Amino acid sequence: MIQVRELSKFYGKKSVVEKVSVDIRRGQITSFIGPNGAGKSTLLSMVSRLIDADTGSVLVDQSDAKKMKSGDFSKRVSILKQSNYMNVRLTVRELVAFGRFPHSKGRLTAEDEEMITRSINYMNLSDMEDRYLDELSGGQRQRAFVAMVIAQDTDYILLDEPLNNLDMKHSVQIMKILRRLVDELGKTVVIVLHDINFASVYSDRIVALKDGRVVRDGPTHEIIQSEALKEIYDMDIPIQQMDNCRICVYFNS
Amino acid sequence: MRDTSKLLVLTILALSFSGIYLFHDLNGSFDYALPRRGVKVAAMVLTAVAIAYATVVFQTITHNRILTPGIMGMDALYMLLQTILVFFLGSTHITIINKQLNFALSTAAMVVFALLFYRFLFKKGSRPIYFLLLVGIILGTFFGSISTFLQVLIDPNEFQIIQDRMFASFNNVNEELVWTSFAVTGVLILAAWRQNPYLDVLSLGRDTSINLGVDYDSIVRRMLILVAVLIAVATALVGPITFFGLIVANLAYQFFSSYKHSVVIAGSALISIVALTGGQWVVERIFTFSTTLSVIINFIGGIYFIYLLLKESRNA
Repeated sequence: MIQVRELSKFYGKKSVVEKVSVDIRRGQITSFIGPNGAGKSTLLSMVSRLIDADTGSVLVDQSDAKKMKSGDFSKRVSILKQSNYMNVRLTVRELVAFGRFPHSKGRLTAEDEEMITRSINYMNLSDMEDRYLDELSGGQRQRAFVAMVIAQDTDYILLDEPLNNLDMKHSVQIMKILRRLVDELGKTVVIVLHDINFASVYSDRIVALKDGRVVRDGPTHEIIQSEALKEIYDMDIPIQQMDNCRICVYFNS
Repeated sequence: MRDTSKLLVLTILALSFSGIYLFHDLNGSFDYALPRRGVKVAAMVLTAVAIAYATVVFQTITHNRILTPGIMGMDALYMLLQTILVFFLGSTHITIINKQLNFALSTAAMVVFALLFYRFLFKKGSRPIYFLLLVGIILGTFFGSISTFLQVLIDPNEFQIIQDRMFASFNNVNEELVWTSFAVTGVLILAAWRQNPYLDVLSLGRDTSINLGVDYDSIVRRMLILVAVLIAVATALVGPITFFGLIVANLAYQFFSSYKHSVVIAGSALISIVALTGGQWVVERIFTFSTTLSVIINFIGGIYFIYLLLKESRNA
């Protein structure tokens, strides 16, 4: 379990995230939702140590993240940000191999190679593993980055808007893979999402943020309710039950 | 495998160019000419390796392939120091005449400047690296302007001495200094060679590096200090030459398909050795010293730089 305790971040005097406390449970998909500027990405970046928190602490399986060595932390928690600008030209396999860095420090063992191959297969990239990333489409590149995170083989996988700029087909593909990671490999996934219907259909728990604070935190079916969404988004959103999916029809509300 | 054979070819080229430089037209002068040429070759190899390493690492840290460490203003500081010494103490003062003393002063000034600079910038948490570069440019321009101002006021004969220092030259390097610098550079680069896999990760960007467990801020800081020391030693020994690094680093990126720093750094170091020894031979034998190597470097480097700019702007 990742326990977030009273985490705050200030830019100047303005707070972006203010005293946020959240528990992220093992073996589940937890989605962070909320309007733009609610502090979702900042929160995720603080949990994954990309930016320093001004106050508060993060406990990963009871141990303080601040006291862990960078190398050890990266064997337990991985993060994938939305933009991944790179200066070098890499093939898919070379990128995925970087996922083994926390374990191998650059010297790949046979075990590492096997893990790389498995991650590539898991993301259905085996037929393009020797292609360069800049030759791939946005969806394929995103899958390559997810494959890198899978190769990193951490218990916790954090993703910051992984569906950005992806079409419907690729978005569904990525979400299904994340679901499989949780159901088949027992990973814990935390994901920042903009489309609440993806959150509704795929996640176990939802944490809703607004103005840097947690406004709702609970199992998906408790959050995907008209009155809860009203509080989060200031919109009247009717909800339709379709088979076993709860769909928010927000397009004309 | 292909990169390995390219490295092998470059090694052979570097060895044969050094060989030609050492032995061509020697006329059996083993006692006089050979040791003198040997010192020059040592200086060239040292400069080549230091500049190549510093430039590749600097470009990885800044995520920019058309920058050189010269942007930190160290060349400008070197020129300012030389100008101030000549201006206030005169060209016959011991700090100008005594090469060892001048070398020690220059290196110390540049390293201390770099350390103070980083210390000041990194004091309050991590700032974006571009902030650091911007301050570097401003300071560099500032140093350059003061130097120009002093040079305008100075006696023309004294100015000759300064002008001598403005261009890198291998023609009168001090023997003892070469061996000292050689040892320093060698030890530093060998010690840092283990960091190459970390540099590979750094080229994926800050966020990915931290995700992969690299202590980003600390490695960037250590690498910047190493770059500063290498540049300081090379500049104090032969003069301002950082522009040269831009050419060899980019040639290495184009020439090798690998992204690995061990390959790229080794490759660009070998290309540098070939260019310097070959270039110096051309300067001495074909131009018979009517020009200096650094003029040729700046001429070819300038053309290559424009080509790079055009290429980058087409990609964007």
